Amino acid sequence: MSTKQMLFSGFGGQGILFAGKFIAYKGLIDEKQVSWLPSYGPEMRGGTASCSVIVSDDAVGSPIVSKPDVLIAMNLPSLDKFEDNVAPGGMIIADSTLIERKVKRDDVKVFYVPATRLASENGMPTLANMIIVGKLLKELDDFNEDSVNSSLKKVISAKHADMMEVNLKAMRIGAEC
Amino acid sequence: MAVVFEKPHALADVPLHYCPGCTHGIVHRLVAEVIDELGIEGKTIGVAPVGCSVMAYNYFNCDMIEAAHGRAPAVATGVKRANPEEHIVFTYQGDGDLASIGMAETVHAAARNENITIIFINNAIYGMTGGQMAPTSLPGQVTQTSPYGRDVKACGFPIRVCEMLAELDGPEYLTRVTVNSVKNVNNATKAIKKAFQNQIDGKGFSLVEVLSTCPTNWGMTPQKALEWIDEKMIPYYPLGVYKDRSAEEGTK
Amino acid sequence: MAEKVLMKGNEAIAEAALLAGCRHYFGYPITPQTEIAAYMAKRMPKIGGTFLQAESEIAAINMVYGVASAGYRVMTSSSSPGISLKGEGLSYLAGSDLPALVVNVQRGGPGLGGIQPSQSDYFQATRGAGHGDFHMIVLAPASVQEMAELTVKGFELADTYRMTSMILADGTMGQMMEPVALDLEVKPAPEKPWATNGTKMQRPHNIVNSLSLIPDELEQLNFARYERYRVVEENETMYEEYMMDDAEICIAAFGIAARVSKNAINEARRQGIKVGMIRPITLWPFPKAVFRRAADHVKTFISVELSMGQMIEDVRLATECKAPVLLCNRVGGMILSPEQVLEAIQNAAKNGGAN
Repeated sequence: MSTKQMLFSGFGGQGILFAGKFIAYKGLIDEKQVSWLPSYGPEMRGGTASCSVIVSDDAVGSPIVSKPDVLIAMNLPSLDKFEDNVAPGGMIIADSTLIERKVKRDDVKVFYVPATRLASENGMPTLANMIIVGKLLKELDDFNEDSVNSSLKKVISAKHADMMEVNLKAMRIGAEC
Repeated sequence: MAVVFEKPHALADVPLHYCPGCTHGIVHRLVAEVIDELGIEGKTIGVAPVGCSVMAYNYFNCDMIEAAHGRAPAVATGVKRANPEEHIVFTYQGDGDLASIGMAETVHAAARNENITIIFINNAIYGMTGGQMAPTSLPGQVTQTSPYGRDVKACGFPIRVCEMLAELDGPEYLTRVTVNSVKNVNNATKAIKKAFQNQIDGKGFSLVEVLSTCPTNWGMTPQKALEWIDEKMIPYYPLGVYKDRSAEEGTK
Repeated sequence: MAEKVLMKGNEAIAEAALLAGCRHYFGYPITPQTEIAAYMAKRMPKIGGTFLQAESEIAAINMVYGVASAGYRVMTSSSSPGISLKGEGLSYLAGSDLPALVVNVQRGGPGLGGIQPSQSDYFQATRGAGHGDFHMIVLAPASVQEMAELTVKGFELADTYRMTSMILADGTMGQMMEPVALDLEVKPAPEKPWATNGTKMQRPHNIVNSLSLIPDELEQLNFARYERYRVVEENETMYEEYMMDDAEICIAAFGIAARVSKNAINEARRQGIKVGMIRPITLWPFPKAVFRRAADHVKTFISVELSMGQMIEDVRLATECKAPVLLCNRVGGMILSPEQVLEAIQNAAKNGGAN
């Protein structure tokens, strides 16, 4: 049995909920049990946003992730708030463009990805989230282009189909970090 | 032998519970006559209020719904929208129901130009509960809850519903009539017929305010009550058409 | 089986309502259920239905009353403070024996309260939605799939018994996304010869009404209504039992609290504690019999709730004081953690509840 409890967190507008939704859809396509639960309320309007994503071989119990195996922190308040909650042996991926400090925990794997800088250097300023997702999939040993493609199709509406390629590119950049 | 008087088919053959001299009976008859004349009884659904006319559901032969206090325009909205092509929907409401507790429902149904017909009985008092001050009670009017006369400093001014709704872009037709004389009854009939015809023609929200009597709670004879309408009510609530969009647009 | 899609609980309710043939929705914006209104606003005009943002929750429930009177499937949705406003209409719907579906995606209260998840409208839903003697059928989904399925079921039960069905969810259930299969079986609505949809001059007029001024007639109406409720209790009670076969500790929980409890139960079982769960799916009718039976072998019940302890009263009534019923709760929009529930289970076990 394997269950991954993931927490995505950052500023509203960084595509936190989208990144989580992509991972949830990928789980669904890979025939896992999944849940996605956003924080909601006024904090969504420009404040911090977070979402809990669970991908599991078994039925998901509580959809609330309180002790994440994976923490995606895309800004400092997120790291400050959730760092201590990460399960021992878990993983933290931090956007090191926006988070200057180092992770204090020494019992978790930590990856610093300058996602915001890489996104703007590569002409995709809104896709720092997907660069991080690329890194996440690589570290989970789960970067399967087929299911990544199918999942992207689920979260990118037909209207924005031209965004498929650049999202994929962002993930590849992340995976190479 | 020529029949000179018969009950409209849409009016149920049951005794009404209204007090002697009350004009609800007249207005019921006028509504029923119009339903007959337009041949719409089979598709008409009426919505009764809370107040003296609460049991109007027993008095009309069309389908009837009894609504919560003040909510008749919302209920009518639901019935109308359930089948806009087939349903002809009217509400029959008093002043407490329409202009006090149900003011929000009234204003918003008007603002939406909801394609319904409202018959609004304004008798300046809460009759069913025994004669309390209504939103339309006149300044100085003595009621059970304004025993020293309506003091506008303490309890505000009466609401002129037609004038108020006329400020909205929504409604199609707003008119005030009364039934205290043969001439006025004839005018009232025309207004009610137009208010239903508007709905049939898809024109929208049509409200007929009928200045009515309450001899029991006004403490007057029926005759005196009819006169009181001329003397006191019409000066505050002038009769007339406050909005008739189609006619206004036609003349432009 | 149909392809599964990821959907928010709120959206699943809306889509299921459309599948159930509901073509009339009235609502007023309030967090955390607004996705239902947004979904309806988008879809209804395209399928010839009605979406109307009412001027208030009071107006919305009365529009529902109007459509229900005319015999069509109809719904409204809101969250706790808005449901209080609908209370008047809920009583009138019951008094006029009209079928309707009402969704409450609960948030913390009382008063304006907060916007985070809560289950503190349990009393309101199961006992006191409005004045007078009446019940609603109260359905408590614990997954997005159930949000969809119970919506369809809610319409069917409402039509069958001429009652209001309420979906009692919470902010978590409304906001979370899970895979959902929407190949739902929908039974066609029954004939409604009582509906006020025009006599067409072919039948005596129908009257939809809750007024009855003659006491012995009103008494008979209440008796008849409660006879109908008795049939509902007999035929429509729904619950899930989880690891109850040998359970000496029994969790009682519904909705999100049941989801959290499942994690705790799995962990407790790993530690050798004989614990299970009864999850009521209908809160009214409450699954009394299964609790009563469980009380023969369970040593301790724990009611896990996002309230100050509301369902616990039903658990106590159902188990007839044969075993202690403890409370494990969070309120105000705070959510129980599996650890908190596990601790409650461990304490109960230590105190002789099990093992």
